[in-house]
Formats: sequence, structure tokens, C-alpha cells
Amino acid sequence: VAVSVGIGGGGELERIEIDLLLEGVYRHYGIDFRGYALGSLKRRLARRMREEGTPTLSALQAKVLHEPEAMERLLVALSISVTSMFRDPGFYQAFREKVVPLLRTYPFIRLWNAGCATGEETFSLAIVLAEEKLLDRTRIYATDFNAGVVDRARAGEFPLARMKNYTENYLSAGGKKEFSSYYTTDGGVARFTPTLLENVVFAKHNLVSDGSFNEFHGIMCRNVLIYFGRTLQERVHTLFHDSLVNFGVLGLGHKETIRFTALEHCYEAIDGRQKLYRRVA
Amino acid sequence: MVVVIGASWGGLYALMDLLGALPVDFPAPIVVVQHRSADTDDSRLAKVLGRYSALPVMDSEDKALLEPSHVYLGPAGYHVLVDHDHLTLSVDDLVQYSRPSIDVLFESAADTLGSQAIAVLLTGFGHDGAAGLAKVREAGGATIVQEPATAMQASMPQAGIDAGGAIEVMPLEKIARRLIELCRTPA
Repeated sequence: VAVSVGIGGGGELERIEIDLLLEGVYRHYGIDFRGYALGSLKRRLARRMREEGTPTLSALQAKVLHEPEAMERLLVALSISVTSMFRDPGFYQAFREKVVPLLRTYPFIRLWNAGCATGEETFSLAIVLAEEKLLDRTRIYATDFNAGVVDRARAGEFPLARMKNYTENYLSAGGKKEFSSYYTTDGGVARFTPTLLENVVFAKHNLVSDGSFNEFHGIMCRNVLIYFGRTLQERVHTLFHDSLVNFGVLGLGHKETIRFTALEHCYEAIDGRQKLYRRVA
Repeated sequence: MVVVIGASWGGLYALMDLLGALPVDFPAPIVVVQHRSADTDDSRLAKVLGRYSALPVMDSEDKALLEPSHVYLGPAGYHVLVDHDHLTLSVDDLVQYSRPSIDVLFESAADTLGSQAIAVLLTGFGHDGAAGLAKVREAGGATIVQEPATAMQASMPQAGIDAGGAIEVMPLEKIARRLIELCRTPA
């Protein structure tokens, strides 16, 4: 029997295996990674292959479909990314100086921290709003598609070793207090004051497959969309646009922009460098 | 064609020379990873290099379309990947102790561009870029390594040669001319 291989060679086969794995995960577990940006996805899958001891993507697929624990590990690998409190201090400074005055004009404020992961961003926002005396009339909806990381975020516990870096970030972001007044220490853990979370609702929400669930005065989604392919990114931007009040604020990651999307004309920059935009259409 | 360049220790000066020797109508986009510290949250590197180059130099933004005669830098704290005609970013773990990492850039170019990739590995310390350079070569792309003896730091280009990815090895001052030739050769 003669078998001929498509002209794409190894690269094409890899692509087929990735597509089949993602299709299998979607159909069996209902979680859709098919629109993710391929480059980073490949690197994350290659790492799963190494750590699961599977020689091929097809073998990883079999393991993930037959062993829910392997799927859980894949889920974590595809959902966690590096983050820190007051990451990009300039962003939080601009938020304090330029967004807070806008938010003050509302009697009650709804914010959405989309893709909150382990909660570093959520706590940073809550701290700024508390210092600006806005937290008591704000509700922050902090969501992630991975229920496990949402639980971690809700616990409000972070490694004490990170606090030095977070304190520096906090101070250069214009923080007004002793950063250590926001947490108590317990062994190697910094436990953040539960009052910061009094108006925070943590929930599971998948940007890929779930719809709009409220109307917001501000949406923060930082370094999440970089993992999405262009088509999926467009769709999520439509979701954000549909979920923002007119003049609602959109905050993106430092190197993300709405410039390359179809909704570019619907926003004006509040601070272009810090990627803070306002919906105007 | 897309040119991808990796540099580490001593890379700033090498890049000033290399980018400075390219004409304003250089026909391909150029994506550069220069190892940099994660908290340089500013665009100083782009400004400095822009002063030495006829080409516009900028930090990469996610999903930016690649345009000929433009230089895109891997931003501090982000990996930069080429995806056919555009760039994507990631904040995943460090690779080869670096983010941005040269291997991440080169491997993405090998994956999505194949023979349309031209990879250049310059001066530096360590091994970043060696594996990626080999992948570009394997995928049918062109690869150039700065002659280690002429590099401010020889170990990174030497690692690139040792890993088998170097098709051509030459001193820095010859690389610009070679890039122009490679880009003008019809595919």
C-alpha cells in the first residue's frame, strides 16, 4: 500500500494533531480553545507533552480525553499566566488620575475584571478604589473561565515573597498608604483584608463562549486577549463593546491595542500609552 | 520575507550598526529581540535605535500587522512571536532566562514562515537563539550568525553555530548587505 504525506510535511501533521486535540477537548469537556493564538498555544502544549510524558500531541490528546486530571492540568496550563499586583504602575496611576474622576460621576459603579486569574489585578483595582473612597459604591465582577483559579483569587492569599515587588509597584502607581496595611502575614503567606472584597463578585465566565451578563462602566482585561487569535479577539471585543455603557472605560494590557480591531472607531483614548479607552460609539 | 534578529549582551551597539546600515526601502519587516530587563516599562530602546536607523523602530504591539521597512522590538516583559503576517505577544514563563526570548521568536518564525524566514543571531551571553536558529534552518529559512570573534560577547553566536543552525557566519559589517541580497532574491 502506497502512503503519501501531504506537502506540508511535519508542520502540517502537527497542525492536524493540534486541531484534533482542541476539537476533542471542546466536544468532550465543552471548553473551547480553538480560537487561541497558535504560537503561544503550541509552546504551552509542548510543555504539557514534556510534563505528561506523552511523545506526540495525539498521545496527549488521548491522555487528556481519558484522564480528567490530565485535562485539569491542561486547563491550568492554558489559563494561568504571569501577573502581579499593580503590574505596569503607570496604568494604575493613569486609572487613578483619569478614570476615577469619570467613575465619580456615577452614583453606583459596575466594573468587570475579565480574565482575573488569581486576582492580583482585582485586588489592585479594589485598593485604588478604596483609597479614592469609591469602593463602597462600586461592584467589581471578577471573572475567569477556570473555576479553580477564581477560588484562589477569592481566598486573597499571595506569597509573602512577592510583597516587596508589589509594594514597589504600588508606590510608583501613586499608592497613598503603607502597602502592608492591606494584608496580614501568616508564615509565607500575605492574606489580604477581606473588606477589600466586600463588593467584589468572583464568578466563572468564559470569554470564548459566554455572553454579556451586565452593563458596565468599566472593563479591565489585561494580557488575556494576547492569547486569542484575531477572529476570537474580535468577538471578545464585540462582547466588551456590548457590555459597556456609553462612555464606559476599557483598559487593556500595556502592549495591547484596539487599533488592529474592527471596533477601533468606537473608542477614543483616555490615555493611549496606558491603553485606557472610552466607548464613544 | 521576514527578518528576525536576536541579540543580547553588546546587542545595542551591534543593532545600531546593523539597523543603521539598512536602507529606508529595505523590503522586509524586521522583528528584533534584544534581551532587556522586565521593568523597563518605556520605549527608550526603540527611541535609541530609531536614531541610528533610517527605518521606523517601535515596540511590538499585540496583533500588529508586519509591514516592510519597519523594525519591531520585543517589548520588555513580553515574548514576541511571528504569526504569518502579524505579531502576537505572550507573558508566559521565561525561556532561556529571558522574556523576550530569542528562541521563542525564531521558533515562531520557523513554524509560520518556513523558507520565508531569515534569522540573524548576534552578540550575546548564553544559549538563547541556538535552538530557534536550528529550527529556522530545518524549516528551510536562511540563517546568519555574527562571527563570534567579532562579537562583543562570543558565547551566544558560538552556541548558535555549535547547535548546527548557522548557514552563514560573517562579521557584523557584512550582515546588512547580505540581508539586502537575501531579500531581493526572488523566492
